[in-house]
Amino acid sequence: MTEAKERIDALVKANDVVLFMKGTALFPQCGFSSRAVAILDHLGASYETVDVLQDQEIRQGIKEYSDWPTIPQLYVKGEFVGGSDIMMEMFESGELQTLVGQSAE
Amino acid sequence: MRADEIEAMIVAAIPDARVEIRDLAGDGDHYAARVIAESFAGMSRVRQHQAVYAALKGKMGGELHALQLETAVPSGDHE
Repeated sequence: MTEAKERIDALVKANDVVLFMKGTALFPQCGFSSRAVAILDHLGASYETVDVLQDQEIRQGIKEYSDWPTIPQLYVKGEFVGGSDIMMEMFESGELQTLVGQSAE
Repeated sequence: MRADEIEAMIVAAIPDARVEIRDLAGDGDHYAARVIAESFAGMSRVRQHQAVYAALKGKMGGELHALQLETAVPSGDHE
């Protein structure tokens, strides 16, 4: 594993719910990241965010880590869940509430 | 990137896909795509989206900045 992948792996494993995004939860720098934050806030989930714009290695590495070309990316309990479209679909179907709710227990 | 190019790349890789593309901002850069394919059956959402991204051969996140993606297996309702 490269150094970037090791750092990503550590972040994913250390946080039950972690969102890799552009910008911060307070100031998202992209519409897709903004949507992902809005969904998590709406669920009342507690989550960590990683601003990929502050770290080029993570920005590139995260795309390879889950073979996923875009940001944001949500991880729950160490598992890749998806990007903002999948988050929205899972939010609408109630699956995301269940997934994120379980991680809070 | 033009909508018909996106559609052609997806269909080339997923021949049974039915693809609908909307140009969200009218700028040739922000699209929404709905991809429905029988071959998605049994695949997780992540795998379905990865199949579409793979079809776009690295253009996603590069030449193609924003593609809102929705994937599904055909259901009787749509036929």
